[in-house]
Amino acid sequence: MKILLVDDSNTMRRIEKNTLEKMGYTEVHEATDGADAIRKLGAGGFELVLMDWNMPNMTGIEALKAIKADPALKAVPVIMVTSESEKTRILEAIQAGAANYVVKPFQPETLQEKISAVTQKAK
Amino acid sequence: MGASVRVEHINPFIEATVRTFQTMVYSDAHAGKVVLMPGAGLRADVSGIIGLSGMAKGSVSLSFSRITALKVVSAFVGARVLALDDTVTDAIGELASIVAGAAKSELSQYRIQISLPSIILGGHELAGPGDVVPMVVPFQCPQGTFNLVVRFKSEG
Repeated sequence: MKILLVDDSNTMRRIEKNTLEKMGYTEVHEATDGADAIRKLGAGGFELVLMDWNMPNMTGIEALKAIKADPALKAVPVIMVTSESEKTRILEAIQAGAANYVVKPFQPETLQEKISAVTQKAK
Repeated sequence: MGASVRVEHINPFIEATVRTFQTMVYSDAHAGKVVLMPGAGLRADVSGIIGLSGMAKGSVSLSFSRITALKVVSAFVGARVLALDDTVTDAIGELASIVAGAAKSELSQYRIQISLPSIILGGHELAGPGDVVPMVVPFQCPQGTFNLVVRFKSEG
């Protein structure tokens, strides 16, 4: 499964990548903001995106909306992984098409559960 | 002297710091007595600062000595970090961001927006009172001591 991690923090990408690799996912690509993510998704073949919210250039919610508005990308599930924990933010992301939502700080097990739930649903 | 931060405004930041350290750093951080920021003399080697805007304005920062920062970041990233490099600045900024994000959900009435992190690297003095007297919360964790500094001014 080809997965794209989108976070401006190298540390968070590293932590999420470790979690994914422990789950057996090895084809993990990285993007540093929403605009970078849209560019990389254009290469095609991605089956899951983990997306931060607060990033420079293009935020995660802007990128999510752009993905869901693009016929070529809208089927790719996006899990928001963010410190934005208010209900209004979660609702905004779900309404914009997020497949799931993980609030930082998180236990690796929580991230694993949310990824498994989304990938099982996609099969 | 300006107004000081109210207790009900600082508790969410303390709780968020404890939770963030438990969950992401695997470290039990214990808060000491909350004090008003002294005019001078409080120093750090690395600070991660998040600006707050919306119906409340201010900032939240986590400030560490060099050695504590290295130990905390090593625990956070799961690898030994030996120098104050890009890994440290990124990780400290992310920790501050997570703390601010977690705290603002408990202060939702102020519709707070958080900025991207700013980092001060190298020996510096934490800024003293300005418009709002910052509150300082000293923390003790297995990696050492650090300070949470909160400036919070609600509008109206």
